Amino acid sequence: MTSAHTHLTQIEDRGLLRFLTCGSVDDGKSTLIGRLLFDSKTILADTLTAIERTSTKRGLTAVDLSLLTDGLQAEREQGITIDVAYRYFSTGTRKYIIADAPGHEQYTRNMVTAASTANVAIILIDARKGVLTQTRRHSYLAKLVGIPHVIVAVNKMDLVDYSQATYDGIVAEYSAFAEQIGLTDVRFIPLSALVGDMIVDRGERLDWYTGPTLIDILEAAPAAHTEKAESFRFPVQYVCRPQASDDPELHDYRGFMGRVESGEIKVGDSVTVLPNGRTTRVKDVQLYGQSIGKAIHEQSVTLLLEDEIDISRGDMIVNSEEVPVQTKQIEAMMCWLSETPLSPARTYWLRHTTREVKAKVASIAHRVDINSLAKDAATTLAMNDIAQLTLKLAQPIFADNYTESRPTGAFILIDESTNNTVGAGMIVG
Amino acid sequence: MSTLTKQTLSHLDWLESEAIHIMREVAGQCSNPVLLFSGGKDSLCLLRLAEKAFRPGRFPFPLMHIDTGHNYKEVTDFRDKRAAELGERLIVRSVEDSMARGTVVLKNEGESRNKHQSVTLLEAIEEFGFNACIGGARRDEEKARAKERIMSFRDEFGQWDPKNQRPELWNLYNARSHKGENIRAFPISNWTEMDVWQYIEREKLELPSIYFSHIRPIVMRGGAMVPVTDITPARAGEEIVQMQVRFRTVGDITCTAPVLSDADTVEKIVIETATTTITERGATRLDDQTSDASMEQRKKEGYF
Repeated sequence: MTSAHTHLTQIEDRGLLRFLTCGSVDDGKSTLIGRLLFDSKTILADTLTAIERTSTKRGLTAVDLSLLTDGLQAEREQGITIDVAYRYFSTGTRKYIIADAPGHEQYTRNMVTAASTANVAIILIDARKGVLTQTRRHSYLAKLVGIPHVIVAVNKMDLVDYSQATYDGIVAEYSAFAEQIGLTDVRFIPLSALVGDMIVDRGERLDWYTGPTLIDILEAAPAAHTEKAESFRFPVQYVCRPQASDDPELHDYRGFMGRVESGEIKVGDSVTVLPNGRTTRVKDVQLYGQSIGKAIHEQSVTLLLEDEIDISRGDMIVNSEEVPVQTKQIEAMMCWLSETPLSPARTYWLRHTTREVKAKVASIAHRVDINSLAKDAATTLAMNDIAQLTLKLAQPIFADNYTESRPTGAFILIDESTNNTVGAGMIVG
Repeated sequence: MSTLTKQTLSHLDWLESEAIHIMREVAGQCSNPVLLFSGGKDSLCLLRLAEKAFRPGRFPFPLMHIDTGHNYKEVTDFRDKRAAELGERLIVRSVEDSMARGTVVLKNEGESRNKHQSVTLLEAIEEFGFNACIGGARRDEEKARAKERIMSFRDEFGQWDPKNQRPELWNLYNARSHKGENIRAFPISNWTEMDVWQYIEREKLELPSIYFSHIRPIVMRGGAMVPVTDITPARAGEEIVQMQVRFRTVGDITCTAPVLSDADTVEKIVIETATTTITERGATRLDDQTSDASMEQRKKEGYF
């Protein structure tokens, strides 16, 4: 085995971190992502040659790293970004997935989409412009979708002479706003994506900043969504009954397949099955037909139970001590995603974990103006609107508050006729 | 930010777990899915993931390959062997049959059949009534794929409309479709080429021999290394050189080029992948070079 290989397999694996970048092209978002990919050596020679060629064609003297995130033909034609793009890089110790969300106001739904799977948000601020309406909007959405860690990247420091006073002013203004909306874990960093200062390398012009570089902050960020101990939640995706097998031992095999959405589980644990409410113990935790004894948060496994209980897809196996609420009415924050407005007269499919039930809007408490955070009355919702509302359900779901448990507090609404995903909801009660 | 205390999955375990979850969602939500299996490295990873998702049960879907008739024999032999070992049903549908039916018409005899796979795939989807196709495409392969959903909706003509895709939030996948429409599901969307090789190494997956370094007759054409085969003979005046190469991607012979390599084990390929300076498709896919948007165009027409 060569030393390079030893290095690859022996380094510490710090898991996978999903983060979101918010800001517009003007804030240097594409350049920042390009810089992360370039400085982490993810960009390979042929891609670099291609963007060098395009940069030259456009009369630029230096390579425009923002071209690395140049999107679809349809987007290039219109000069806008219409969708969330996912990018990948690795530092050797940790793998990163970037959700690159467009910054325009009309794309609130894209930011909510990108934020739904992210554990860290990088909010870009142009040092020359300071905290803008857009910054507040992005921050509110990050809070709404429950991103636990926010990094405020004050970019374009090269254009304000690397002024500490400018940076300090932005930090003070943003901190006051963050407190107002309840963002608790906020880190600040001055940087220049264009020049490359404080991204991977410190550069030489920000001596007054003694904190970690952007990549150091990302390397140290917790990979888990929350550090709190969570209740065990296991929505059943699929039931395995391999009766036809020639192996008699498998004749009575009933495996409940799913992913541990929160908490953990081990052989012998007492569990309750919803909706029927029966309690039993875990006989085995398996993966690939092998007993693995226990499973942690986000692990896909198969559970075998001691008692024979009728369980199918859409049911949920939970910790007997911490059973979620069974309810046919939920209070939720909703982001409307569809060009067709929400109709309180219509019935929608509501998908919550692996469970699908019919749902109808009972009332809309208020709509939130995400620029001013003012609440106003509404009888319908248009695309990109955010509102608090009450939904009535045809069958119960097993609900947690979104702030307590993201995977069992989230749901989507599906239009019955088009099958489109039209709403994203977060349960508040 | 607090320090890392809670136990979390390693990056490969996380990716594996996500892929298993996606496959089980397809099985749970779709009445008649199929897994597209070519014998290539990405689809071999899919088979291991399907084993982890569904064993000790059988796969809740058959395997299917759309064969252009221009595939390397080592790969199609391997495809048949692997399907037989797993005891799962393999369907093969051929572009040549579509040509015989007149639904695929080549511009000229030399035209690559690769893009015509879309027609044969749609015919097979209709023949069997499949409403979901599980494929091994990855978002890191190409920029038209970077915005692809994990569950991607196709209309009854198999078309991908980038402006009309369903928002995909949390891990709540919407695989609903009306009759005639279908869903393309990509369980390894979030994997990179490196992740695939690391997974192959960890799971000790067997691969077709052409992924490993071997000597092969090559001609240089337009800056690319073109393997000399019965289907792609040397042209007049071209010099045939014996080169030590391996394939990084495996597909239709007319549009897949090898790279120079002496990596003859998975371990060595992992190292080579970590230190390479050329992207996977940049070096090896002759069909992606046509224009900046060629993959996007093919996807709109129903390509995987």
